[in-house]
Amino acid sequence: MDAQEIIARRVARELKPGNLVNLGIGIPTLVANYVSPDLKVFFQSENGLIGTGPIPEQGLEHPLLTDAGGRPISALPGASTFDSAMSFGLIRGGHVDVTVLGGLQVDARGHLANWMIPGKMVPGMGGAMDLVSGAKRVIVAMQHAAKGKSKIVKQCNLPLTSDRPVSLVVTDLAVIGFPDGRATLIETAPGVSVGEVMAVTDAELLIGDHVLEMKI
Amino acid sequence: MKAVSVEEAVAMIPTGASIMVGGFMGVGTPERLLDEVVRQRKQNLTIISNDAATPGKGVGKLFDATLVSRLTATHIGLNPKAQQQMLTNQVAVDLIPQGTFAERIRAGGCGLGGVLTPTGVGTLVAEGKRQIEVDGKPYLLETALRAQFALVHAFLADYLGNLSYALTSRNFNPVMAMAADTVIVTAEHIVPVGVIAPDHVMTPAPLVDYLITNQNG
Repeated sequence: MDAQEIIARRVARELKPGNLVNLGIGIPTLVANYVSPDLKVFFQSENGLIGTGPIPEQGLEHPLLTDAGGRPISALPGASTFDSAMSFGLIRGGHVDVTVLGGLQVDARGHLANWMIPGKMVPGMGGAMDLVSGAKRVIVAMQHAAKGKSKIVKQCNLPLTSDRPVSLVVTDLAVIGFPDGRATLIETAPGVSVGEVMAVTDAELLIGDHVLEMKI
Repeated sequence: MKAVSVEEAVAMIPTGASIMVGGFMGVGTPERLLDEVVRQRKQNLTIISNDAATPGKGVGKLFDATLVSRLTATHIGLNPKAQQQMLTNQVAVDLIPQGTFAERIRAGGCGLGGVLTPTGVGTLVAEGKRQIEVDGKPYLLETALRAQFALVHAFLADYLGNLSYALTSRNFNPVMAMAADTVIVTAEHIVPVGVIAPDHVMTPAPLVDYLITNQNG
């Protein structure tokens, strides 16, 4: 199983029946592949849709039915559409139960940076800042390290997405929570030891009372 | 509401105008109006649009033709030309959070001076803005946004100017239709008055100034 699949499968287990969920681009998008339809989770696309379904078969795309990246998408029976003010009212207003977002850095207090690398990547924040400010739970789905550098850092040196801490970070090596506002190791991936996670984590990690093996 | 040709409608837009353009990654964007803006070479435009779409699509066409001098948007990462024009200072870009973008326009159309939002507190977005506490929680004061023109794309329009939108092409169109001095609309289908049921009208006719009737789609 590759790193992305481990992350997506573990995040999928966080979703509860009937949740309204917004998935960001990248690894978060993969989460939908591991959520059983029986769970009746509603997926929101912030361009104005609740009830997003799979990518349509070739030839069945509709030009006016797309995801937030402008790619064709489908709508499940029971879907609803709305304008952008409503869409972000849902997000900021705490009506979205869970958002899953990619990350560039998360720091020891749970602050996320995921929208800008000054001088290199300045695409704009899109909906990320509203999602982190307003969703009931914010889950970051990202690789533990990039190019050998830990993405769980003491303090973000990239611009923050919000001053509100995230709820949970799921990586290919570990699940990290922030009880009492400090990064705490909750689970390790199968075959990965606590020591191995600590060795590749830049931030100081508290060790939970019972570090479990990640169920995927 | 007045029915006009796309050529007449765009002729009303002066060089240097401020224009809101509906759409999200080019979906729900009035493409024919933008094609005509390019053909008539309206330059030095201030564009207010969620994103810069992609080259050749939606607002992207205005960057292809280098007609934009200012852009207020939430995300331009999928248009390398717009990024390039930002990095070389050909275009002054103001990037703002998408929910804030929607609410500033909504405020502009609804007679509000602005809105208080928690989004952006403690980030770069807060720089230079007033922070106001309400019940112990910090918010940013984000001011209303309006434009001289709104270019809106509907799915259905009737000959009075009532509009309804389809699927994800609604996005910013309804809020923009309230936040500009002059509202110009294209529609996929123009239908007789009464075909859009009152409950299904999303933008009421009095908000629409001009409807393009010489070309559908």
